[in-house]
Amino acid sequence: MSKKLKNWKEIPIAGLITEPASSWNYKTGNWRALKPILDQSKCIKCLLCWVYCPEPAVRRHEDNSVEIDYDFCKGCGICASECPVKAITMVPEGGE
Amino acid sequence: MKVVKMKRIGLTGDSAVAFAAKQANVDVISAYPITPQTIIVEVLSEFVHNGELDAAFIPVESEHSALSAAVGASLAGARVFTATASQGLALMYEILYIAASLRAPIVMALGNRAFSAPINIHCSHDDAYAARDTGWIQLFSENPQEAYDLTLQAFKIAEDKRVLLPTIVNLDGFIVTHCFEGLDVFEDDEVPNFLPPREPVYQIDPDNPITYGPLAFFDYYMEIKRQQAEAIKNSYPVIKEVLNEFSKFSGRTYTPIKTYGMEDAEVAIVVLGSTAGTARYVAKELRKEGKKVGVVSLVVYRPFPVDELVDILKSVKVAAVLDRSYSFGSPGGQLYMDISAALYNESERPLLFNVIYGLGGRDMTISNLKSIFEKALEYAEKGKIEKKELWVGVRE
Repeated sequence: MSKKLKNWKEIPIAGLITEPASSWNYKTGNWRALKPILDQSKCIKCLLCWVYCPEPAVRRHEDNSVEIDYDFCKGCGICASECPVKAITMVPEGGE
Repeated sequence: MKVVKMKRIGLTGDSAVAFAAKQANVDVISAYPITPQTIIVEVLSEFVHNGELDAAFIPVESEHSALSAAVGASLAGARVFTATASQGLALMYEILYIAASLRAPIVMALGNRAFSAPINIHCSHDDAYAARDTGWIQLFSENPQEAYDLTLQAFKIAEDKRVLLPTIVNLDGFIVTHCFEGLDVFEDDEVPNFLPPREPVYQIDPDNPITYGPLAFFDYYMEIKRQQAEAIKNSYPVIKEVLNEFSKFSGRTYTPIKTYGMEDAEVAIVVLGSTAGTARYVAKELRKEGKKVGVVSLVVYRPFPVDELVDILKSVKVAAVLDRSYSFGSPGGQLYMDISAALYNESERPLLFNVIYGLGGRDMTISNLKSIFEKALEYAEKGKIEKKELWVGVRE
C-alpha cells in the first residue's frame, strides 16, 4: 500500500478493474499476523506446501526447492501444518 | 417538423409496458410473474414465442434470480428488461443495490402493490419506497399512456453514457396496470429514431478482460460510493433532456414535475402516481368556487427534484403531502420526510401535513381529496397545522 490512493474522480465507474491481472499490485502480505519460516536444511522437496498453499504464495524452483513469497503470504499456517518434516514454523510477525 | 407515425390501440397498463419493451427491441427479458405485473411478463413471453421479438426470455425461479440474471446480461452489453411488484421486489432487495452500484442500466416496471402482511395484491407504494435508497432512478406514471411513454424514455435515460443507472417505471397496481385505455403508440419503425440500439460502455468481453464486482475495503469503498452519489445527482439534467426530447418526438409533454394551478395556489396537494389525476379534477372543481388550490405530482421521484420542488412549493401557505404507504416509527410518510427535508433550510416555505391514504388498494375518492383540500385551506386560514398526520379513508 505504498502507492498513493486515487480519489473518486480518478477511478473507473462501479469500482471496476480495467487492467487484467491487477491483483499482482495488491500485496496481501501485510494482512499476516503469523509468518512462516522455512528451514531449508530440513526441507525434503516434497512440495506439499506448494500444493496446499491457497494463495498461492509458495514459489517452486526448477530443483523443487521452495521459498515463501511474503508479498502475498497471509500467514494462514496451512504449509506449516502440512509439512511432514516440520521444516516450517509460524512465528509472530516482527518477532522472528 | 416531421410527423411521427402513430396509431391508436387499446391496451392495459401492463400490456402497454410490454409493448414498449418490445418496441425498445430488448435483448434479454429476465422476469418472474407476480400480480399485478404478471401480464407484462406473459405478453413479452408471447412476443418472444411468436417470433415478434428476437430476445432471450429467461424464465427464472425467483425474483432474486430474475434481477441477478438481468445484471449479468446488462453488464454483457444487452438491453435488458424485467418487471416485478411488492414481495417480488422485496426478494430482489440485495440485487437492487448491486445493479445500481455496478451501473447496470436495466429497466424494470414495478406494478406498485402493498407489502404483506396481511397479504394483499392491490396498490400501495411500499415497494417503490423500499427501493428509494438503492440507487435506482424512479419514474412514476399516472395512466397506461404514461406507462408506455416512460418505459421507452427509461431505456434512453438508463443507457445514456452520462447516466448508466438502472431505472424503475412505477405504475399503480390494478389502477394503472389493469386499466384499459386507448393509447397513441408509435409505429415500430419510428421507435429507433428516439431510442437507437444500446451502445455499451465497459462491456464484458473476453478479449478485453475487465473485472466487475471486485472487493473494495476501507481503501476504496468510500470513493466508489462518493462517485455513485454524484452519478445519480448528475442523471437529473440528462433525465430532463430525455423528457424534453420525447416531448418533441411524441407531441406529449413530459416534465419531471407536473403542476396544476400552482401559479396562484395558496394550498397544494403533493402526490405520486394515479391519484394525481383525481386530485387535479378536484382542484379544478374547487377553483371554480374561487378556492386557490393546486396539485404537484412527481414524474421523477429519484433523483428527488429538490430545487424545482422548492421553487414550486415555497410560496404556498400549506402543502398536504400524500403517502400511499407508511414508514413505521418514522417522523412521517416517505414522501413527507423527503419534502420536509427539501424545504427545511428555506426561509420561505409552506406549513406541511402528511396524509396517509389508499393502503392496499383502498379507494381514494373525490370526496376524500376534497376533504384534504378543505383541511389545507382551514390550516392556511388558521396559520397552523393542528394535526400533522391524517389518515384518510380509514374507519376511525
